[in-house]
Amino acid sequence: MIEFKLPYLGADIDEGTLLEWHVKPGDRVTKGAVVAVVDTAKAAVDIESWEEGTVSELLIEPDNLIPVGATMALLLESGESAEQAAQWKAAHAATLVPATAPRPQLAAMGSGAPVVTAQPATAARRRVSPAARKRADELGVKLERVLGTGPDGAVTVADVEQAASAAPAVAPPPKEEAVQAHPPGDKAAEMRRIIAAAMARSKREIPHYYLAEEVPLTRAMQWLADTNATRPITERLLLAPLYVKAVAVALKQFPELNGFWRDTDFVPGVGIHVGVAISLRQGGLIAPAIHDADQKDLHPLMRELGDLVKRTRAGSLKSSEMADPTVTITNLGDQGVDSVFGVIYPPQVALVGFGRVRQRPWVVDGQLRIAPIVTASLAADHRVSDGHRGGLFLAAVRDLLQTPEKLASQND
Amino acid sequence: MNAARKLTYRDALREAMREAMQRDGRVFVMGEDVGRYGGTYAVTKGLLEEFGAERVRDTPLSELAFVGTGIGAALGGMRPIVEVMTVNFSLLALDQIVNNAATIRHMSGGQFSIPLVIRMTTGAGRQLAAQHSHSLEGWYAHVPGIKVLAPATVEDARGMLWPALEDPDPVLIFEHAQLFGVTAEVSEGAVVDIRHAKVAREGANVTLITYGGMLPKALQAAQELVADGIEAEVIDLRVLRPLDSESFLASVRKTRRAVVIDEGWRSGSLSAEISARIMEQAFFDLDAPVARVCSEEVPIPYPKHLEDAALPQVDKIVAAARALFGAAAQ
Repeated sequence: MIEFKLPYLGADIDEGTLLEWHVKPGDRVTKGAVVAVVDTAKAAVDIESWEEGTVSELLIEPDNLIPVGATMALLLESGESAEQAAQWKAAHAATLVPATAPRPQLAAMGSGAPVVTAQPATAARRRVSPAARKRADELGVKLERVLGTGPDGAVTVADVEQAASAAPAVAPPPKEEAVQAHPPGDKAAEMRRIIAAAMARSKREIPHYYLAEEVPLTRAMQWLADTNATRPITERLLLAPLYVKAVAVALKQFPELNGFWRDTDFVPGVGIHVGVAISLRQGGLIAPAIHDADQKDLHPLMRELGDLVKRTRAGSLKSSEMADPTVTITNLGDQGVDSVFGVIYPPQVALVGFGRVRQRPWVVDGQLRIAPIVTASLAADHRVSDGHRGGLFLAAVRDLLQTPEKLASQND
Repeated sequence: MNAARKLTYRDALREAMREAMQRDGRVFVMGEDVGRYGGTYAVTKGLLEEFGAERVRDTPLSELAFVGTGIGAALGGMRPIVEVMTVNFSLLALDQIVNNAATIRHMSGGQFSIPLVIRMTTGAGRQLAAQHSHSLEGWYAHVPGIKVLAPATVEDARGMLWPALEDPDPVLIFEHAQLFGVTAEVSEGAVVDIRHAKVAREGANVTLITYGGMLPKALQAAQELVADGIEAEVIDLRVLRPLDSESFLASVRKTRRAVVIDEGWRSGSLSAEISARIMEQAFFDLDAPVARVCSEEVPIPYPKHLEDAALPQVDKIVAAARALFGAAAQ
């Protein structure tokens, strides 16, 4: 039995609203197939499956808010039967519905009222009374954890209040304040709230150190000009894929900058998945991943970047892109700043910044020249790495950018 | 002066008319068989003897004509009380009521008032079949320019007439045929208004909204729901136009559940209007969908078992209210 769960979608996202299923019971699901679309405060995300199987049952209905990690559907592995799914579900009922919560009854009702065994119906939209929805908002109760005892198993005010008193710790108070400050459905405010939470956590928990290095781009720019001269305008390269590739390749020698701080220890990333900070027109930003950037040629990287920017701004990212970045690059050069000292996106441990490319006097071989210069910067987690290693990393990035032709095909 | 006396609904209506005629010489009664016969439902019995043929007038069998006469008399400064035998027959006078009585104030730019009261019987339950049994007061409640009252209690039967006569605009009073024999104590000189609904019974868990002949059934249902641990609040609308929305909305906001009980048919009915107002103004206070108990959508049948089956009954009201509590009440 495969439990299809709402996957991790990034440190600042702990829940999402199921928008739609792309599968129905009986459908075969392959690895990487988009199974559902879930709306988060940042974007609508295509949720992919990392298992192969046949859909047995969809446990969550659209429009329900579900926490990360919640089981959304059951998939049958080959050879398994629907009966096994039913047995599995019965055995795991406790984790699917909060059976520990005492079942609510009308206050006025006698103890003779029969015990309710209502299961939330899965075929149609979950029934929640308008008053219950409002009360759940006020109390910070998550409706998907509330058992409904009203007409047709609808969740009522009494059910919500029962759930709230059964689990008083559900609603973190600071969040509640933030939520109340904005009308529900205010997407921009919600995005700002979760960025605030992630960045505040970063600055609260991560002892940042900052380094910067000026990188001459004479050769890189020349190489780009030469390469692009032979290409149609739609296939021309920009600096961005060079930055991504250089950082990714350099990180192979500096695993302590690529990965996550989990609780008390550093966990190196499996693969080098470079998150690229993309600002949104309505405000806020998302940094989805380019997977295995160290192993990709520049042209595919360029195409992926363009596609990623387009899809990020259209709000249609894949769950793996949201969840997987092991490091982040931010490029504020287009905005005209010389350098950027970023805030690390937890639980990552490093953020690499690039500023504006400007013409500067530069000494080469004892002679003063004019050269295009970019300031590469590093914000890194001092719990994991030290300035010495950070400096070596930036130097490696600088050196890699001096041999763009090697970067172009370096994918060992 | 405030001594309480036992009175039937019918006697209360008669006393109200007698008192009005004593107080105001402009008041007179007019309708089919209201004089010598004493009224089809014996409401006007004895008035002819007491006030004479000038003020208690038998009319030809033409609702159109005598309702129109009443409008003319009101225009001329009188305070007529026109009795129409049943709401079914009032359809013959619909043109006078809707096109004249309801409109003249507005069409004359406020120069003319129609201080007319029209009383009529409504409702089923006496095996009088489809042409004498319908509840069409909801149709009148649709029309701006008139007020529509539905006394459901002896007290309202006694007290609503005088403020209706004092009102400068046409007022229709619907008397449910099943109520004429109801007896209750009324205190002498009790003053009632014709603007507000009334809480007939207080409760915390569900609001039963009704009026007229359905009030006793709703109260009986509320009594039976106690056994399920459900405390029903019962709202007597009293005034069907203009509807006192605030009364039932306040109750629904408290109980979060509503059952509308209306002897009229469900489609396009007063119950539909009430349900819509709850949706519009108390949606986020609801813990269950609004429920309705109305007459079946058939012409009211003659055989008793079919007539009973067609009308809202206590058991239907109880079932509808219970269903709003879902599994917890079953």
